[in-house]
Amino acid sequence: MTPQITPDDILSVQNISKRFDVSEPFLNRLLERRPRRILTAVNDISFDVPRGKTFAVVGESGCGKSTVARLLMGLHSPSGGTIRFEGDDITHMPPGKPAALRRRMQMIFQDPYASLNPRWRVRDIIGEPLKNFGICKTRAEVTREVEKLLSQVGLNPADAKKFPHEFSGGQRQRLSIARALTTRPELLICDEPTSALDVSVQSQILNLMKDLQDEFNMSYIFISHDLAVVWYMADVLAVMYLGKIVEVGPKEEIFGNPQHPYTRLLMETVPKLTVGGAERAPVAGEVPNPISPPPGCAFHPRCPMANDTCRSVAPALNLREGGQKSACHAADEGRLKPWLRLAAE
Amino acid sequence: MSLLELDNIVVEFPTRRGPLEAVKGLSLDLDEGEILGLVGESGAGKSITGAAITGLIEPPGLIRSGEVRLRGARIDNLPADKMRRIRGKEIGAIFQDPLTSLNPVYTVGEQLIDTMRVHLGLDQKTARQRAIDWLAEVGIPAPEARLDQYPHQFSGGMRQRVVIALALCAEPKLIIADEPTTALDVSVQAQILSLLKRLCRENGTAVVLVTHDMGVIAETADRVAVMYAGRLVEIGDVKQVIEEPLHPYTRGLMASIPQIGIRDRRLTQIECAMPGLRNPAPGCAFAPRCPRAMDHCHSIRPAPQDAGTGQVACHLYGETS
Amino acid sequence: MSNFMPMLYAFWDSDITYSFRKSRVAVISALVLLAMFLTAIFAPSLAPQDPFNIAELDLFDSELPPAWAEGGSAAYLLGTDTQARDVLSSIMYGMRISLLVGFASVILAAVMGVALGLLGGFLGGIVDAVLMRIADVLLSFPPILVALLINGILRGALPSSAQAESALIVLILSIGLTNWVQYARTVRGSTMVERRKEYIEAARTLGTGKLAIMIKHILPNVLGPVLVIATINLGMAVLTEATLSFLGVGMPPTQPSLGTLIQIGNEFLFSGIWWVVVFPAAALAILVLAVNLLGDWLRDALNPKLR
Repeated sequence: MTPQITPDDILSVQNISKRFDVSEPFLNRLLERRPRRILTAVNDISFDVPRGKTFAVVGESGCGKSTVARLLMGLHSPSGGTIRFEGDDITHMPPGKPAALRRRMQMIFQDPYASLNPRWRVRDIIGEPLKNFGICKTRAEVTREVEKLLSQVGLNPADAKKFPHEFSGGQRQRLSIARALTTRPELLICDEPTSALDVSVQSQILNLMKDLQDEFNMSYIFISHDLAVVWYMADVLAVMYLGKIVEVGPKEEIFGNPQHPYTRLLMETVPKLTVGGAERAPVAGEVPNPISPPPGCAFHPRCPMANDTCRSVAPALNLREGGQKSACHAADEGRLKPWLRLAAE
Repeated sequence: MSLLELDNIVVEFPTRRGPLEAVKGLSLDLDEGEILGLVGESGAGKSITGAAITGLIEPPGLIRSGEVRLRGARIDNLPADKMRRIRGKEIGAIFQDPLTSLNPVYTVGEQLIDTMRVHLGLDQKTARQRAIDWLAEVGIPAPEARLDQYPHQFSGGMRQRVVIALALCAEPKLIIADEPTTALDVSVQAQILSLLKRLCRENGTAVVLVTHDMGVIAETADRVAVMYAGRLVEIGDVKQVIEEPLHPYTRGLMASIPQIGIRDRRLTQIECAMPGLRNPAPGCAFAPRCPRAMDHCHSIRPAPQDAGTGQVACHLYGETS
Repeated sequence: MSNFMPMLYAFWDSDITYSFRKSRVAVISALVLLAMFLTAIFAPSLAPQDPFNIAELDLFDSELPPAWAEGGSAAYLLGTDTQARDVLSSIMYGMRISLLVGFASVILAAVMGVALGLLGGFLGGIVDAVLMRIADVLLSFPPILVALLINGILRGALPSSAQAESALIVLILSIGLTNWVQYARTVRGSTMVERRKEYIEAARTLGTGKLAIMIKHILPNVLGPVLVIATINLGMAVLTEATLSFLGVGMPPTQPSLGTLIQIGNEFLFSGIWWVVVFPAAALAILVLAVNLLGDWLRDALNPKLR
């Protein structure tokens, strides 16, 4: 794939991989004669994030989407590939450095109970980046800025002296968002921000995120396993399975006519709020162990259309009619049936 | 006569600063073979209700008043050993986390066989064969071989299938399923729900399905009860509650669920959050957040009244409207 | 200042103070300990006599039994020893030393243990492996033996003239260097758990350095069990010091701790002068018991699962 960083892309990821060594301790391996075990969490992924839009990454557990988020923030170092932010190479930069670049990208996490230090007051939690990046020099400035941010995310500015446990889950996510907004980032990476929240709180947070995106003109990378939320938030999305992107493209095209059997499986298994419709025909099997993925196309054991090519050759991402790309031999060979739209009209 | 009746139960947790009522005056009934969904958000009291039915409320919590009746006979005040016999034989349970629902030091077979021998009085050989049949029934390939494996050797979805087999093998008439698919991947959820539904229909087992996920209810349940702040706010046929909800909370809830294909710029949101258990306000617990609250909603608590296909606890309906 | 009364009330009403007020054992132990601390601190003013000032001793008053026994005198409530030293005063001064050594060694052990545990837990890898192996070795010996060993080495390194004066420091060092392992292990375990939490990842992405993360983020969250360990450890430290002194390698008779007093008095036990050993021993036992009971209460009070 030729790297094409158009001026419209804020972030460009090329051929990123991440391998973890999950072998047993040396002595065990020696005595039991076991080989090293390598977990390939992210396997040669490339995508571009358009400026000002939301790029969603969808997949189930073990697909590598959270690892991708951490690679972008520098929390893990990639085993291969490059990451460019606004043209600058940040591939092997540690988290938080270089400050000039990193302050323009921030992250919010999934677990509202573990993402805030339980022993710190809110004003210190939100104040930390303000001090680290030198945005505020005096305590008074920090206090003012913290109060302003709290209002912006819909919380009471007087709450700055409270501790995290005095807030509900939804309010804590607002605190995480406030902390991320301190540096006025241009890119916000959201790792399943509403998965741990109740539905009625989720809608508040999603609405808030959309409002903030408009107000500050931010780009989002939104990671989720919930297709309905992705439908609501995303402009472009990528579907991941076992460390690879299996389909990527504009939201309307992918939801309208998915070009990969796994995407179709996900669409079909989203619980629908209609009663008495056709029963979903569940597809058998579960996500295989990422340490020893199946050969060829990783999805073939669960795919109703798998043939010999699928079992031996890994498919490449190819452009489809609708404008999206998918990695599927069946689609290449024209064996993919037309898609009956089951989503609510 | 209904299979299960909850008659105005109040579940209380004594604390240093006074008792906390987690469930306040809940009444429900369930017929044989019916799948009832119990829906609510965190803190609504739905899991505690499930625990009240099986008698598994963690002390010092207790059922302070009201009755739980199984086929007309009270079960909430039974001594521990009698309750133990009912649990498993008459009432089965499926919990959220398949990893901790199974004992890690016993094989799957041992757990199934043990349950059947205790509750059905079968001998070892018959129980073993039945266990193999059950594993096959829940869709575990090569059941004979897997019978002697330990829970950690199964994947998450497979484990939940084993838990379902374990719950059903003593042939109970009622199953309490507390968030059975929440910990599983979306693609596995569909399989598990469809399995649960099929087996319960085939065996005539009634299910109380506790969950926060309306989509799961829409697919699986016959009737649904909506809980808010420890009380029942609406109950009715699943089609009516989902498509034409009566209570403003249910309406708000349904409208705030994102759905594929809908193109609204904003999701409907319900302002603020569910009140905590301490110092409940007089009047309707939802009134502070209700877009249609009237003056007396804040002072008089609405009792459940017949409306739609079931009941609603709201001043907008019934005689007080 | 307007915040003070509500804060005080909040503290009085908080779960832990309430639990304290409810537990008679805890309250009694705390009062006993408080009495002992105060006695120790104000010993020079409170004690009827300074037993180590030869000018105050009157040899005619030696070997007097306690005041309530025949032959006793009200001036010497608990009797005197063979050198006319008042037993009560000796206990007060001895308590001073015992408590001083106890506290100092606990602080030393805690600081060292927490620091090493943090480093090992956070840095992992070879640092952690080396620290844990050292800890394992230390734990496989009985603590008294280790304390004896360190004591012997330190004393051997000092010229004999300095030994008497430096006995205090040597004791504190020996006991402190023996007991750091418990703190290190607990803190290491908690550090490893906290390190993986998302608020630490967040701190890293916000540019916070490793040292700042360890001290400002992780340390406050792992200190909980340290207080409980320290309290229980205090009892052990006092006992260890008493043992070493009893064996003759601790505090010298010129600056005796409770253990030394017991050693001195022990020789006279069979000659009928029982009060010289029994009272210091009783004082030691009560001290350690009170500390242990308070530590038990604290452990249960801070355990979230038992609330």
